[in-house]
Amino acid sequence: MITLSHYLVLSAALFSISVAGIFLNRKNLIVLLMCIELMLLAVNMNFIAFSHHLHDIAGQVFVFFILTVAAAESAIGLAILVVLFRNLNTINVADIDKLKG
Amino acid sequence: MTFQTILFYLFGFMLIASGLAVITVRNAVHAALFLVLAFFTAAALWVLLFAEFLAVTLILVYVGAVMVLFLFVVMMLDINFAKLREGFWRYLPVAAAVAIAMVAEMVLLLTSKQFGLGVASPGAAPAAASNVKELGRVLYTDYLLPFELASVVLLIAIIAAIALTLRTRKETKYQNMGDQVRVKSTDRLKIISMDAEVEKPAEPAAPAAEGGKP
Repeated sequence: MITLSHYLVLSAALFSISVAGIFLNRKNLIVLLMCIELMLLAVNMNFIAFSHHLHDIAGQVFVFFILTVAAAESAIGLAILVVLFRNLNTINVADIDKLKG
Repeated sequence: MTFQTILFYLFGFMLIASGLAVITVRNAVHAALFLVLAFFTAAALWVLLFAEFLAVTLILVYVGAVMVLFLFVVMMLDINFAKLREGFWRYLPVAAAVAIAMVAEMVLLLTSKQFGLGVASPGAAPAAASNVKELGRVLYTDYLLPFELASVVLLIAIIAAIALTLRTRKETKYQNMGDQVRVKSTDRLKIISMDAEVEKPAEPAAPAAEGGKP
């Protein structure tokens, strides 16, 4: 029998995997963006699981907006990445230290 | 064990496996393709939760648009992925420790009897009810303003992406629209006042023509 906690544990595992991915690929900007997409997917699955179990459609509306904002985010992120590669010829996070932060 | 349970475990393991593949494979193109697989499996899980519209949207928007954009960027840029992977094994213990600690904490919390999260799925809605219809009814009434704001966000994303990546070459000839609109008739046509030139009648020419002929 599939319960609500099954879905919540699954999305928690997915979220943890993407956190580990951010640790592991901390120099590769493209994989970092992919890990963020995976995190948002885990969050969306929580929303949909709660929406189904609580009989509240508002959770699915939230997922709709998260999908919109995530699409915009990845489009702008990849545009920034292309400009960065064009100017610096690298996407290594360690090389992007122009601001000396 | 019902059919839905089998499907849940099948898709769940596929989702976890493809998520692990995304963060560990050597090639970023393979990572993007595994992310496509992860999105497909997640869409299947959402169908199990009776969110059909969002499952289809996930495939159309993410697999169809966002992941193709990722693949375009990965293949377009000439990136040395081997150099970007250095430090992978050094950070693996920390990453694994953090991830396992997070999962353990969440599992302890979520499977606890105290919170009552072990409720079974309420099952499908009555056959007459449509998920798309229900979602659309809420989206266009209660959430109309956020819906329109979302469209503005997408428009800004389009403009920002084009403005960031647009590159004008020096040798390219193009029209300057501002100058064209700003132009006045006085820039093109200049009226100057000058004295009238009166042309004298050429009367000696006629007798000469007459005299020329014998």
